[in-house]
Amino acid sequence: MSAAPPAGAALAGWPLRMPSIGYRLLGVAALCLALALATDAFLTLPNLLNVLRQASLTFLIASGLTLVIVTAGLDLSIGANLGLSACFAAAVIQASGSVLLGAAVGLVSGLVIGVANGVMVTWLKLPPFIATYGMLWMVYGVNYWYMAGTTIYDFPQGFRNLGSGDALGVPVPVYLTAAAMLVGGLFTRYTTWGHDIYAIGANREAARLSGIPVRSRLMLVYTLSGAMAGLSGIVYLARLNSAEAGMGDPLLLPAIAAVLIGGTSLFGGIGTLSGTFVGALILTLTLNGMNLLTIDTNWQPLVMGVIVLLAAWLDASTRRRAEARA
Amino acid sequence: MVQGQIHESPTAGDGAPRVEMRGISKRFPGVRALDDVSLTVHAGEVHMLVGQNGAGKSTLIKVLCGAVHPDSGEFRIDGRPVRIESTADARRLGVAVIFQEFSLVPHLDIAQNIFLGREFPGRVPGVIDRRRMHAEAGALLDALGMDLDTRLPAAELGVAQQQLVEIAKALSQNARILVMDEPTAALSEHEIDRLFERIRKLKRDGIAIIYISHRLREVFTIGDRITVLRDGRRAATLEPARTDMAALVRLMVGREVRTHRRRFRDSAGDVVLDVRNLEAENGVHGVGLHVRAGEIVGVAGLVGSGRTELARAVFGADRVLDGEVRLAGQRLRGGPAEAVARGMGLVPEDRKESGLAMTRSVGDNLLVAGLPRIFPNRWYRFGTAARIVAGLIARLQVATPSPRRLTKFLSGGNQQKVVVGKWLGAGVRFYVFDEPTRGIDVAAKAEMFGLMETLVDDGAAVLMISSELSEVVALCDRAYVMRDRTIVGELGRRDLTEENILKLAMHHE
Repeated sequence: MSAAPPAGAALAGWPLRMPSIGYRLLGVAALCLALALATDAFLTLPNLLNVLRQASLTFLIASGLTLVIVTAGLDLSIGANLGLSACFAAAVIQASGSVLLGAAVGLVSGLVIGVANGVMVTWLKLPPFIATYGMLWMVYGVNYWYMAGTTIYDFPQGFRNLGSGDALGVPVPVYLTAAAMLVGGLFTRYTTWGHDIYAIGANREAARLSGIPVRSRLMLVYTLSGAMAGLSGIVYLARLNSAEAGMGDPLLLPAIAAVLIGGTSLFGGIGTLSGTFVGALILTLTLNGMNLLTIDTNWQPLVMGVIVLLAAWLDASTRRRAEARA
Repeated sequence: MVQGQIHESPTAGDGAPRVEMRGISKRFPGVRALDDVSLTVHAGEVHMLVGQNGAGKSTLIKVLCGAVHPDSGEFRIDGRPVRIESTADARRLGVAVIFQEFSLVPHLDIAQNIFLGREFPGRVPGVIDRRRMHAEAGALLDALGMDLDTRLPAAELGVAQQQLVEIAKALSQNARILVMDEPTAALSEHEIDRLFERIRKLKRDGIAIIYISHRLREVFTIGDRITVLRDGRRAATLEPARTDMAALVRLMVGREVRTHRRRFRDSAGDVVLDVRNLEAENGVHGVGLHVRAGEIVGVAGLVGSGRTELARAVFGADRVLDGEVRLAGQRLRGGPAEAVARGMGLVPEDRKESGLAMTRSVGDNLLVAGLPRIFPNRWYRFGTAARIVAGLIARLQVATPSPRRLTKFLSGGNQQKVVVGKWLGAGVRFYVFDEPTRGIDVAAKAEMFGLMETLVDDGAAVLMISSELSEVVALCDRAYVMRDRTIVGELGRRDLTEENILKLAMHHE
């Protein structure tokens, strides 16, 4: 140990936290190459920026979920949460004319739902699947009751730029995603809280008996997941320029797909935010490519399913070797 | 079932051996797990298989039960060459293995467990003939001299009972070669005696038994022959009458290891742990005890007497209902997080479930408890982390190729060092060791004792829970004896003998 090789990397747990990232990047490169050769439209700046914008939105929803899944938990309420937070924000912006107030309300609503999930999982000891699945229906129900079939639309241009605008030629959501990845990456890698979260996911009882305050760490990740859903709701609202009760529903399954394609293990202890971003990118590139190739959109779910399974198979078949090498 | 002649002495058998393994070799990437190992076991013989962790015992067993394919070698059963390509082949040939971790399904009852997957069809297709199943299960248990309701779910059985159900299950499959992997690891002394009676009965029925053990004493109690494995090779096969413990240990380690003798010192320091009238949700009640700096204090008692429960209650892992636990004068009431923050560490008996994250690296595990102390401002620095981990690995002599190695790849003894290491990293001053030597080899045991001694010499305090009476006697300054989830007596250094412990532990029996 005297000639310590890259000391930092020695413990970062990279191959362990982030399985088969090389293969995934290869997949991204292959997708880009194939689409660049097959279509003229792919390798244009507007299209690439559009891919990046869409992947960023998917990442934002999936980011908090990633941390939850790293603790061997699950948050199924993020889609419904996003919808409710967006609708609350929309209503407040319309009523008060204040974008800031509306965004704050959306964020807080997401956060409160996250806290409620955390309480159910830690204090009421409900399995995360059940707790957040029940929450999904409740939030959904509140939103349908609240919106009563109406749509709120037409927001100030300044607010809409948050979702559909550019700054220095780059879509605004991309900045948000970059910020989330930076902060999230620092949090998971360079704070002891981040390391605690991985410890809990790998063996919750051992983590508890090592003195880690498991409940408060879990509260933290569920709260973060809720808050990120709320934030995503605001960005989606800005992008769509309209809010209705069901707007978050179609977003849950792609978010889970991005996390899984990104190599995060449902068993906990393994996974990274950058992996999830790569997962979101693979997802978006595939859908984008299918659109450019004018393949019937009815095929998209099937292809997504295949990719999720491919990623899972890749991890299963490479993990043993990666582990044995460490 | 083939009823063999009754062999009181296996060498008296005139037929072919029940099982012969010849020239078995198996190579895993980077390790030669088995190198030309041969093993012969006769009907009615108890063949002890001993060796350090990593010596090849479990690989040899896995080869015999068809879970691992050897690179070369051959098998004979009753003199006939056979092929064992799968676990199904092995089962068909009458090989049954009772692993340390039992495979019973907790919510199924005894009879369902015994006949799992082989239920008797009833008259109506698809329906199970329960009456017959319970009758046959009852007969099997009777034959083993066990009086138990076959309708009890496995979850409600004690370890010894679960083990017997496993044996009954094996017998119901016409097992003629029974492999037992450390069958006494979780049993009390009394239960061990009963198990040995049953093993002797199985012998009389002509079953060939391969018995893996870390406890050398029982090798001489129950064994007919002994095979010692070392580094994947057969070091020797011998008869108990012609050898002794020291010789066996020599064969296992290839060098002489002194049995541990503690350097006792008379001066104990301040009271570190003070427990008064403790009552916990897990059933521990009326417990008072104290440990001083520089002391190793033992907690002895039979299985089920509440030793582990006491450890968990003191640590705050199980809820305390009444009484108080004071660490260095300060009262604890906040669970494990507070206990650790105040300087208490628990080395639990089941390190895989509650001691370590097996799928994380050695480095991550070594640091997990110490993070708040090492990085008080919560900012994780990889350089510092790597330095501390390297220091711990060197200090504990953990045999690992790299700090990034997943903990599950280490041997039991090295895993145990990692558990202790995480408390060293956390700067703990009071240690609770619960069965610190369970499932680790002789050399690692000696290291573990040496380590505990170093800890108390440095002024730390240790509470050691052990079912190995000889360990308590050899290592402890004092010991408390438990029965029925409370402390029934305290033995000072002068009175601390195995006999005295047993007298207190069993009292009314």
